[in-house]
Amino acid sequence: MAVISGPRQAIAVASALGLVLTAAACGGGGDDDNAAATGDCSVYDAYKHEGTEVSMYASIRDTEADLLEQSWAEFTECTGITIKYEGSGEFEAQLQVRVDGGNAPDIAFIPQPGLIARFAEAGKLKAVGAETKTMAEANYSADWLKYATVGGQLYGAPFGSNVKSFVWYSPKTFTEKGYKVPTTWDELIALSDQIAAAGEKPWCAGIESGDATGWPATDWIEDLMLRTQTPEVYDQWVNHEIPFNDPKVAEAVDKAGSILKNDKYVNGGFGDSKSISTTAFQEGGLPILEGKCALHRQASFYANQWPEGTKVAEDGDVYAFYFPAVDAAGGKPILGAGEFTVAFTDRPEVQAVQTYLASGEHANARGKLGNWVSANKKLDINNVQNPIDKLSVGILQDSTTVFRFDGSDLMPASVGAGTFWKGMVDWINGKDTASTLTYIEGSWPK
Amino acid sequence: MNFDLADHADKFLMLGGGLIAFVVLVGGLLLVLDVIPTKLAERRTVRLAAAVEAGTPIKAGRSREGWLALGFLLPAVLLLAIGLIFPAIRTTLLSFRNKDSSEWAGFDNYTWMFAQPDIRQVLFNTLIWVLVVPTLATAIGLLYAIMVDKARGEAVAKALIFLPMAISFVGASIIWKFVYAYRSGDQEQIGLLNQIVVWLGGEPQQWLLEQGYKLNTLLLIVILIWIQAGFAMVILSAAIKAIPAEIVEAARIDGTNAWQMFWRVTLPAIRPAVIVVVITITIGTLKVFDIVRTMTNGNYETSVIANEMYNQSFRYGETGHGSALAVFLFVLVIPIVIFQIRNIRKQRSEA
Amino acid sequence: MTTTNPPAAVVPPLQKKSTAAGRVRQKLSSRVATVIAIVIALFWTIPTFGLLISSFRPANDIKTTGWWTFFSDPQLTLENYNEVLFGGSASSGQLAGYFINSLVITIPAVLFPMAICSLAAYALAWIDFKGRDWVYIMIFALQIVPLQMALVPLLRFFSQGTEIFGIQLTPAWGLSDTGLFIQVWFAHTCFALPFGVYLLHNFISELPRDIMEAARVDGANHPKIFRSIVLPLITPALASYGIFQFLWVWNDLLVALIFASGGGRDTQPMTVRLAELAGTRGNEWQRLTSGAFVSMVVPLIVFLSLQRYFVRGLLAGSVKG
Repeated sequence: MAVISGPRQAIAVASALGLVLTAAACGGGGDDDNAAATGDCSVYDAYKHEGTEVSMYASIRDTEADLLEQSWAEFTECTGITIKYEGSGEFEAQLQVRVDGGNAPDIAFIPQPGLIARFAEAGKLKAVGAETKTMAEANYSADWLKYATVGGQLYGAPFGSNVKSFVWYSPKTFTEKGYKVPTTWDELIALSDQIAAAGEKPWCAGIESGDATGWPATDWIEDLMLRTQTPEVYDQWVNHEIPFNDPKVAEAVDKAGSILKNDKYVNGGFGDSKSISTTAFQEGGLPILEGKCALHRQASFYANQWPEGTKVAEDGDVYAFYFPAVDAAGGKPILGAGEFTVAFTDRPEVQAVQTYLASGEHANARGKLGNWVSANKKLDINNVQNPIDKLSVGILQDSTTVFRFDGSDLMPASVGAGTFWKGMVDWINGKDTASTLTYIEGSWPK
Repeated sequence: MNFDLADHADKFLMLGGGLIAFVVLVGGLLLVLDVIPTKLAERRTVRLAAAVEAGTPIKAGRSREGWLALGFLLPAVLLLAIGLIFPAIRTTLLSFRNKDSSEWAGFDNYTWMFAQPDIRQVLFNTLIWVLVVPTLATAIGLLYAIMVDKARGEAVAKALIFLPMAISFVGASIIWKFVYAYRSGDQEQIGLLNQIVVWLGGEPQQWLLEQGYKLNTLLLIVILIWIQAGFAMVILSAAIKAIPAEIVEAARIDGTNAWQMFWRVTLPAIRPAVIVVVITITIGTLKVFDIVRTMTNGNYETSVIANEMYNQSFRYGETGHGSALAVFLFVLVIPIVIFQIRNIRKQRSEA
Repeated sequence: MTTTNPPAAVVPPLQKKSTAAGRVRQKLSSRVATVIAIVIALFWTIPTFGLLISSFRPANDIKTTGWWTFFSDPQLTLENYNEVLFGGSASSGQLAGYFINSLVITIPAVLFPMAICSLAAYALAWIDFKGRDWVYIMIFALQIVPLQMALVPLLRFFSQGTEIFGIQLTPAWGLSDTGLFIQVWFAHTCFALPFGVYLLHNFISELPRDIMEAARVDGANHPKIFRSIVLPLITPALASYGIFQFLWVWNDLLVALIFASGGGRDTQPMTVRLAELAGTRGNEWQRLTSGAFVSMVVPLIVFLSLQRYFVRGLLAGSVKG
């Protein structure tokens, strides 16, 4: 609240003096009061488009949406571009309806490269303008840009991201019980066995997520694909160059099963391994706080799920360690995801906003507000607020990291958001690996 | 809370505009329908008189009624054409096209539909829904409407059954989460059903995973019955109140007992209303998707047609598949339509 | 509808208040009836009651223990209500604005279908014209068209207009901000028609032929009969239809997301705001417990205040006719 009280007061004062201020007029050159209250407007000179409006649609909502709007508040005041932001939990389905209905937003944040490809191939998306392209290429690695590239054309710039290869644990409990944070796969299994031997269940998980039930399990498989296979095999799998029921995939799934379907290991705080499928993902890791479970593999954004007052830090109540590689020789594979800013129109003000969102200025402005991770190279790690975000940004910016994007977001949606989810739910419930993978393979669109 | 009504003046302006539009459109239509036929009738009288004088034959006046009917029906037909008829035709056409509707696909989408290993499952589930929900929801609604009729506190008693209809779907899904939720036996339960099982000394169950006897589907069905019984109760209660008192009196004088009263007086008198309720709930049940979507998303063999349709069309970008499933829904309603045609024929022949 | 029995309201009303159901109930021995009614009522209310209790419990309690533990360990908080009513997101503002949006959307979206449906139902029941049964059957059958399949074409109708063989039949509407309310009213009215026409047709066609014919003999034309005879007689049916349409619009999320969301907090109804309250990843879903009750208040008031129209019934109306 404190952050936005500045401009509001300025407006109140201005109104009291009888000045009529509209949102569009705020950025007017002579409006020194406002500029003085919020910062220097000259950095935004290149983006100026007085009196224009850009509509924006994404899945980010509520308090996180507030932070977003704060992050570009200065930009909109200085450039005269009004950003009309809308966030919705039904984003993916609604976007499809709006685009088909001829009512697409100017800019959308799409977290699925598969969906970007679908819109791009249907001719709905505009390729990024020259300035956005330069900005994106300067600030993001080629690894990231390739996910928004369709047919040699770049359709969007990366934006926020998250790191998925994390295991959440309680530093407090670890210290009390004398556990050591594992750095290799074998240490991880040894620790699990040690906890199980003490009669406790080391792991907890939950994959229930309403109409997206199953997705956390697909993250497990993807992480294990990266750990049991080379990144190249991962790419082949995601692009369907090897069948979904290839023995290599089966190996990864079985490796995941050695934890998820092992009743000695799961499901701490909830029941047997089958309880994973009906446990809400939001609650999946909470037993760690009560000491009923020690380990929970989930992305960096799980930091938001802990109850208020929980200290998320290396010396706090909960924290996360890197989900170790099976074979350390293969480098440090990281599974992650993020959204891309794509444009359905190419008006100059839309391109200006798209360029700005790819810039270091925005990444740092957003970073300072907290709760934000991005692969933007210009993002200063000192501007990142919480420890887990710092850890994530550090990993993303580390050049030795082998980064791969969440595979289910890259696959066709009927698999990546359909049969893959469904197959994993059945698999958790006791279906064997081979027939699960054959089922998914059979559903791959021809 | 700094709430300023003046900030919302725009909205009230719109509301006012909407209400004025309502009065102007509806009132205007009635006025036009009132004035024009009267004018026509006057002219007709003049013509009639002239015709009688000239001795020419007089034409029947049925076509005039036709024009009048058009006036009454025009707004409905126009809106239906835009909002539902055109979309239905479009959906049917799209069901013969490929996934992004760019090419003709013949019957591919239909062969896909029936080649699906799960589709028989989905059909079977839909059948269970359609058989169970209308029957039980109507029966409970009727029973309750009779039981609380003229009882003390009727309004409140009815409001209790009506409550589920007033709850938004988001609220309802949390309510049922608190009923079916599972924690293992050594944990504290948060689901009511399992807590009751535990109190009775049993082991908590994973209710939504229980596929034996289609238990999980039946448990989802309970939710829809819970919602729809209020609908049945409201309509049937209104019908019951409309039964003429002297019929009841006559039956009473004849010495009928309560059982006979129900079967010979109450039920025949409200039969039309019962049919309305059953048909409406049946159609609503055929289209049900949000209960399944939020509770299981069709996992554990609980999926129904409408849920598959929604996923294919809007999440997987498979417009062809989704449209074919929608067309299949249109087909399923045909028996009800035939029943309705027979009904209306019977009604006309009796009139 | 079939009517094997004499039409319900033919006979002029008596002063007696007894009804068939009342008789059944009394004869079944009041006690058994009461017990059955109470059992059903309990079964129907307990889940909701659980939600009500939950809405007053602290977030962490809701997620870890059953709501009934409240009775052994009462922990009360107004935090959930506080967040829903006054707190939440700074950018989206407080609930009161959304509440007004809901009202602005709902009132016309209930009135228009009520008027249009009763006009159409009357014509289909009492005006003799060629093919009316087929028109009726067609409108009836349209109930099956899934709403979801109609969203895209209707959105196109607004955003791009109608075009057939290259000829622009209707222009794009180009609505924005509070103008979007028109879209929502229009959409809700379209979707409400098949059920409304069907429900009201059933009541209107049941009206006694004698009354209608007497009115025709007296020289009343159709608009006059509709206004002065039919409308008063079908008040209970109109009231029940009005309630269902009200509930449908008030609780609707799907139509609102497509047609009203573009205007942000100027046009989004409460359902849209409540759905967002849970946060980007649903981590604050406990707020929805109180949200559900906040949004339930208005429908309940409407139901309770329309009750007397149900009770008045067809007979009360026929006195005037």
